[in-house]
Amino acid sequence: MTNNISKDILLKMYETMLLIRRFEERVGDLVLKGEIKTPCHLCIGEEAIATGACLALEKEDYIFGNHRSHGHYIAKGGDIKKLMAEIFCKETGCSRGKGGSMHLIAPEIGLLGTPPIVGASIPIAVGSALSSTIKGSNQVSVSFFGDGATSEGVFYESLNFASLKKLPVVFICENNFYSTHMPVFKILADTNIAKKAEGFNMPGVQINGNNVIEVFQTVQKAVERAREGNGPTLIECLTYRWRGHVGPDDNIQGTHTDIRPKEELDSWKEKCSIKRLEKYLLEQGALSETVKGQIIEKIEKETQEAVEFAQKSPYPKEEELFEDVFKT
Amino acid sequence: MRKITYAQAINEATKQLMERDHQVFIIGQGCTSPWYVGNTTNGLFEKFGEKRVIDTPISENGMSGVALGAALTGLKPILIFPRMDFMYLAFDQIINQAANWRYMFGGKVNAPLVIRGIINRGGEQAAQHSQALHSMFAHVPGLKVVMPATPYDAKGLLISAVEDGNPVVYIDDNWLYKEEAEVPEEIYRVPIGKGAIKKKGKDVTIVAISYMVKQAAEAAEDLEKEGISAEVIDLRSIKPLDEEIILESVKKTKRLVIADVGWQTGGIASEIANKVYSKLYKELKSEIEIVALPDVPAPASQVLEEKFYPNKNNIIEAVKKNN
Ligand SMILES: Cc1ncc(C[n+]2csc(CCOP(=O)(O)OP(=O)(O)O)c2C)c(N)n1
Ligand SMILES: [Mg+2]
Repeated sequence: MTNNISKDILLKMYETMLLIRRFEERVGDLVLKGEIKTPCHLCIGEEAIATGACLALEKEDYIFGNHRSHGHYIAKGGDIKKLMAEIFCKETGCSRGKGGSMHLIAPEIGLLGTPPIVGASIPIAVGSALSSTIKGSNQVSVSFFGDGATSEGVFYESLNFASLKKLPVVFICENNFYSTHMPVFKILADTNIAKKAEGFNMPGVQINGNNVIEVFQTVQKAVERAREGNGPTLIECLTYRWRGHVGPDDNIQGTHTDIRPKEELDSWKEKCSIKRLEKYLLEQGALSETVKGQIIEKIEKETQEAVEFAQKSPYPKEEELFEDVFKT
Repeated sequence: MRKITYAQAINEATKQLMERDHQVFIIGQGCTSPWYVGNTTNGLFEKFGEKRVIDTPISENGMSGVALGAALTGLKPILIFPRMDFMYLAFDQIINQAANWRYMFGGKVNAPLVIRGIINRGGEQAAQHSQALHSMFAHVPGLKVVMPATPYDAKGLLISAVEDGNPVVYIDDNWLYKEEAEVPEEIYRVPIGKGAIKKKGKDVTIVAISYMVKQAAEAAEDLEKEGISAEVIDLRSIKPLDEEIILESVKKTKRLVIADVGWQTGGIASEIANKVYSKLYKELKSEIEIVALPDVPAPASQVLEEKFYPNKNNIIEAVKKNN
């Protein structure tokens, strides 16, 4: 390959992005059918960031997400049956039906939680990075957050402390140009998020978040730097969500509040990260139509199994309401 | 009289306050979006413009300080949180600063700030998007806390809160937004610190808060059919607390059930129970019952939500337990 990335990884990228896309399309349909009630923030259109970043990590590395984290969970290698079951708020879900779509966890693959309070997981990832340095482990931590989270004070506090202590953390900002109904220029005095790293004496880079290869390579470099004890990196990934802030619609929520110009959405659909990689793989001969068909079929089957698993799973039992508050 | 909804009543009060007094403005996340705060701020941006309807970055603590600063210099901000849960991020500015400012600086300046927080729960949103924090705020000296349960009070209390001249936490509940009732078109006030008797009765007193007032009223109707006459008090303000209305009622009924939208432990319901018990312990004919949320975070799953959120049946049970 022209980019020194193995064919296996490239195919894994392709498969992961497609899985996230298909999984979320199914979620969207099930919301419309009324089978899913928990608020779902879909990341369709943004798959390349979670995918590229998580493939640059080891299983032992930690990640933290936010309200829009189905993709992070899937990309890190979480069990999609437990994810779908959680979205159905069933007992078999990854959070036992206590969390729903916005509260995902899979400690077995390093996902320690996805709190939907904006900005909340940024310092927490710094804390897990601090833990690596105290324990002398080699683990790197990643926090995924949106452009909106950079207006919380805690973002700046976290960058400062992480850089000050040279902690092994990578800050990945998924800049989709909107936070709920607010375009980024209406809430940030300087919309260049990567640049904010400068003030904290750490590298900040702005990249194309719809180019999974660029994401992968950038995160790889940041992870290496972190593992070597050289401190954090802020990576701003430019992307766009194709659906509403919450729910399956292609606007913020319901046609009456659509605030995003259709041309803008359409232009981003043309920059589809999956199409982009697919084209590249076909050109490079790394993917054939046959293999593509097999991958799609496999994903179709996996997502169908996840949906059926979730549908068949029981709801939590009433007494479970009182469980899990404290370790016993 | 014409009828409007609870959400419209908030909207109308805000609009009339802003029309009447140029010092009033609103600031908070989502106050330009029909989606974010129900329709409680619809049309205000169009009418008053971006100087007085300020939709903000996601910076809760910072924005609360900004509102406080504006209040200290004579403006009358209404600071809006589309959900109460996000107020945790602003506890320093609301509690350390706004609540204390006047006192700790010897009463030299006032902080005429209304802090509007919305209870927005249910719908499998889980722990961080479901909370009712009124009891935490009531714990703090220097804050008044009001919780309207009807369209009439939603309007009247917002007007009183803005006119009060002190930090007032005004808490409305999304579950009440579609409630409709007669609301006067003009500006009027509902006094802060005064409860209201929602229904007269003689066998038991039910003191209810916010959404639980509706549940209590329904419970009382059902109880009536079974020959139990319940008096329902809508507390309306939880700080200052209208002790008098509660004590008067319990003196008559000798029994008390308190229905709250918050958690059991350390909540306003315990405070009321304590006040009643310490003043009327000789007259009480039974234990005081509290209907509140169990001491667990809000769960996602609808089946757990159903068990988590008390309703009229829990109130009926509590009444019958000691009857
Ligand atoms: C502290 C806090 N304030 C407000 C919210 C409500 N809220 C949920 S998501 C969101 C927008 C987040 O935007 P961004 O960080 O850009 O992420 P995106 O949704 O675009 O992925 C807001 C304001 C919240 N969850 N937490
Ligand atoms: Mg965003």
